[in-house]
Amino acid sequence: MFHNLQDMQHTASLVTKVFIQRDYSEGTVCRFQTKFPAELDNRIERALLEQTVKTLNSYYVEAEKVGGQSYLEGCLACATAYIVFLCMETRYEKVLKKISGYIQEQNEKIYAPRGLLLTDPIERGMRVLEISVFEDRGSSGSSPSSSMSSCSTAR
Amino acid sequence: MLCCCSFFIICFYFTSCPFLAQQLTPIIPVLGGALFLFVLGTLLRTSFSDPGVLPRATPDEAADLERQIDVANGTKGYRPPPRTKEVVINGQTVKLKYCFTCKIFRPPRASHCSLCDNCVERFDHHCPWVGNCVGRRNYRFFYMFILSLSFLTIFIFAFVITHIILSSYQKGFLTALKESPASVLEVVVCFFSVWSIVGLSGFHTYLISSNQTTNEDIKGSWSSKRGKDNYNPYSSGNIFTNCCVALCGPLPPSLIDRRGFIEADAPQMAPPTNGITMYGATQSQQSHMAATTPLLQQHSSEPVIITSSPENGTSLPARASLTLGGPCSSLPLGQPTPPTSTPSLSCHEATDMLPIHGHALNHTHPLQEQAALHHYLTPEEVPSPPGMLHCGSPLGHSHTVQTSFYNPASQDSLHEDSVRGLVKLSSV
Repeated sequence: MFHNLQDMQHTASLVTKVFIQRDYSEGTVCRFQTKFPAELDNRIERALLEQTVKTLNSYYVEAEKVGGQSYLEGCLACATAYIVFLCMETRYEKVLKKISGYIQEQNEKIYAPRGLLLTDPIERGMRVLEISVFEDRGSSGSSPSSSMSSCSTAR
Repeated sequence: MLCCCSFFIICFYFTSCPFLAQQLTPIIPVLGGALFLFVLGTLLRTSFSDPGVLPRATPDEAADLERQIDVANGTKGYRPPPRTKEVVINGQTVKLKYCFTCKIFRPPRASHCSLCDNCVERFDHHCPWVGNCVGRRNYRFFYMFILSLSFLTIFIFAFVITHIILSSYQKGFLTALKESPASVLEVVVCFFSVWSIVGLSGFHTYLISSNQTTNEDIKGSWSSKRGKDNYNPYSSGNIFTNCCVALCGPLPPSLIDRRGFIEADAPQMAPPTNGITMYGATQSQQSHMAATTPLLQQHSSEPVIITSSPENGTSLPARASLTLGGPCSSLPLGQPTPPTSTPSLSCHEATDMLPIHGHALNHTHPLQEQAALHHYLTPEEVPSPPGMLHCGSPLGHSHTVQTSFYNPASQDSLHEDSVRGLVKLSSV
């Protein structure tokens, strides 16, 4: 991590971080605001970011969906005294993995070329969707967000 | 709690069970044993799970929020009045409060626990019996615990009475009592426990069916007394659905890293990281290896517990793998809701096999006040703050009164805010 950070610092300097906060208008379910942050006006097209956020929101809805499968999982877990979770992942965890993959893919395809980096919200305690803004140098050294975790702060 | 239950069940086994097994059926002790094991399991699970702690904001996030708030308020320099944000959920206006300790706007239904010094999602209450907050992630275990404990208490009560009655048919009432004095004790204890525990179970059943938390119920947040249009925006309206959601809904993974190792305090240049790199068991290996890890003080408090201060009196063992430099003593707790600087809960996964604290503490739940069992003790199980470097004093939170046992001034100024309990800045 540390080496990555050094690389990042060498190849691209962090300008600022933009935080997309949680949208609680639908309750406690995990959802991020689709309002476009002003700081990113000339860095990325609105539609792209909106699309990313909407997709993420739909993933979270899927993870937290209360339905047949989650009930089954819950009852099975209870019946086995939760030992079953030693062998299998919960649905939530599976979706989180998908999200992680999605963010990585988005970073590689869309954000890194624009000098931006998304950080997986899980690494920020699901409070914010952090977008690190780097100096606009085209393809500044980008790494998949999940492995970057929280080391992109430059002080 | 654990000791009480164990002692009790052992009494039951030695006194009544042999008799009952002979007279009635040997299934009785078996059933009793199974029920006891279930109670134990749920207790451990409740105690050692992360209730849904919200990690503290990273310094960048905090700064960003402050900036936004300053812009909104137009004030700078001095601390503005408590910050709130309003949001409309399902037609109800809900106020989101800003937590000065965690530097976040708390999600709806979250609350900051002064004992654990963390914001907890869907905060129900802090249970001293269990030694942990009850929140989103462990509410179902807590409920199953009290439910199964109710059954167990009723079970023991019923069978001890049966034992006495059957004995008295054979030998006479007084002789029967003299022969097993423990039974008398059991009956008395059970009698009082039944009322309190069954009452508590009933209360929580009501809460679950109306999708409220203890916190909300006590404050009367959704009570119709507040206004005609006041209703619970989180309830689906259907009792069955509410129950299913609370008990069988998806279990979100933990947002904190409780298995990372505490690293030595980094020199100034280390970029502060927040406390979360992992979620769920699936990433645990990665984040261990990664070692960027934000160590949660939550984590660091574990070892401290072992070296708990004399005032504390608890002997919460902690992971042997974590070492500490001298414990920070916890606050001498003499008040009902002692604010402490403890950064964390004794929350470990049940699989960690940590021994549990076994002292009896009072449940601060209002319903419990009548229970004879509960003499009030200070919540000493609150783990003392980590003896490791960052024992930041929790400031700002309205409940928290912190007499610092550790000197925040000695800490890295970068770390100061974030380190206060949950998040420990570590070197990358």
